[in-house]
Amino acid sequence: MKEKIIEAKNLTKNYGDFTAVDDISFWVDKGEVFGLLGPNGAGKTTTINMLIGMAKISAGKVYYNGVDLTKTIKKAQEIIGVVADESNLYDEMSGYDNLCFCGSLYGLSKSDRENRAKDLLITFRLNEAANKKFKAYSKGMKRKLTIAAALIHNPQILFLDEPTSGIDVASARQIRDLIKKLNEKETTVFLTTHYIEEAERLCDRIAFLNKGKIIKLDSVSNLINESKDENILEVVLDENICDRVQLSEKLNKKFTYITCSFINDNTIRIISIKPIDISPIVHFLSSENIFIIEARLHRPSLEDAFVKLTGIEIDMMKKEKEKK
Amino acid sequence: MKQTIAFGNILLKDMRNYYLKPPNISWGIIFPFAWMLMMFVKTKSAFHIEEVFSGIVAMSILFGTTSMLSVTITFERKSRSFERLLLAPLRIELLILAKITGAILFGIFNSIIPVLFSVLYFKAVVTNWTLLVTGIILLSIISTLLGLFISVSAKEVFEAQTYSNFFRFPMIFLCGLFIPVAALPVLIQPFSYLLPVTYGVDILKYSITGDNALSIVLDLTLVIMFCFILFYSSLFFIKRKWII
Repeated sequence: MKEKIIEAKNLTKNYGDFTAVDDISFWVDKGEVFGLLGPNGAGKTTTINMLIGMAKISAGKVYYNGVDLTKTIKKAQEIIGVVADESNLYDEMSGYDNLCFCGSLYGLSKSDRENRAKDLLITFRLNEAANKKFKAYSKGMKRKLTIAAALIHNPQILFLDEPTSGIDVASARQIRDLIKKLNEKETTVFLTTHYIEEAERLCDRIAFLNKGKIIKLDSVSNLINESKDENILEVVLDENICDRVQLSEKLNKKFTYITCSFINDNTIRIISIKPIDISPIVHFLSSENIFIIEARLHRPSLEDAFVKLTGIEIDMMKKEKEKK
Repeated sequence: MKQTIAFGNILLKDMRNYYLKPPNISWGIIFPFAWMLMMFVKTKSAFHIEEVFSGIVAMSILFGTTSMLSVTITFERKSRSFERLLLAPLRIELLILAKITGAILFGIFNSIIPVLFSVLYFKAVVTNWTLLVTGIILLSIISTLLGLFISVSAKEVFEAQTYSNFFRFPMIFLCGLFIPVAALPVLIQPFSYLLPVTYGVDILKYSITGDNALSIVLDLTLVIMFCFILFYSSLFFIKRKWII
């Protein structure tokens, strides 16, 4: 049986009358990558903040390695590393000095923190920029150094809040590889992201969070299986549609066995329990002076499970996040 | 041991990043020097250093520490690097002590120039050196804690600066730095006695001239009491406002 490294029981966070996290319970097994997925305002960061001691817990309990640390969360901070959604190191200090300073916060001796900083700079391929000031780093480099800083004391659990948000593709890929490697070395990873593909690729189990509640928590394969009984067809139109809601409603009314929704300005996703016959749809759209340039069968993914369970369109979630 | 390493390195980092930067060192030298020079030029031959000594020392400490701590903490909160300190397995009391120790040392450094200038150049006579050093340390602590209290309320760096000035400038007149509290209008005097700097200045005056408004025991007791009140009330607000 797997060992529970974190367990949250009936965790609740109230801000006055507003409940940001509403009575959620979950556990994280030692050595797994656990993902928290949800739109803006779902309560992901608040949940993390309660687990790491940056937000007071209104109700419920948090256990680390089976010990109730709800009231003494400072003790848990010795075994956790936290990467916030924004890089938060010291601009005026070099990458190397930043890492050494972070090591000192966990009581590492001078030689230990210096050796560890050097190792991490090599692992994160930042050794050439070690003596550069943090403010001179690119966004991707800043992110990598922030993760390295969270690992300086060899934590048992690494909390990552949107680790690849807003950085270049190459750095994002490198960070994902590093997360995988860390996990292979038995580090437990607690991850929040709005990139569903990232969660699908990295996580062992995922909790879908919406409006402060866990809607579904399961392994990635089980979540994907939830959508397997559906046929999904993506239809690309020859032009962007202005009134997408109206067109979706027309299609849903005309073909009662399907559910249509736009995933972007010119792509409709059609979901049906029965096999989808495309010809009547093509005819209908032609009568509306809309023409199809591509139609493809879609393999069920975590994204489908997410959309099915939360009713939230991924495109909307990404746009919201980017606006933020 | 782990807590000591963290404490020492936070202090060292603040000294390197903020207090030992050339603009701050030059501020600590130029500011008191300019005030001494102004007094000297204004009063010419009738310049009695003992009359302004305590005021200039107090002002150098007050202006050096209050804004420095409130600005650095607000800046770190804004850039979120303060979050990193809050996430360390370090008792919050110790973390705040590490942050204020740098500012206290900076306050003490700010007082060195006027003291040296007064004693070596103007031949000021200090009647009680122990009390002078005690007064300087206590004034540095109380000014730093005022800065900490300000930083709890400020969200932006400019707010921290504005609040600092809001407190500091009235204190120049209210706390007996240059005008004795007894010479102030009767209606204003109660406000003076509500401000901890008044008692710190009184200790400095006593150490130099042997003459002060209140008993030295009362001064020391009240300053220490104010230190505890400011430290624990700031801590209370930090826990309430920053760990929400």
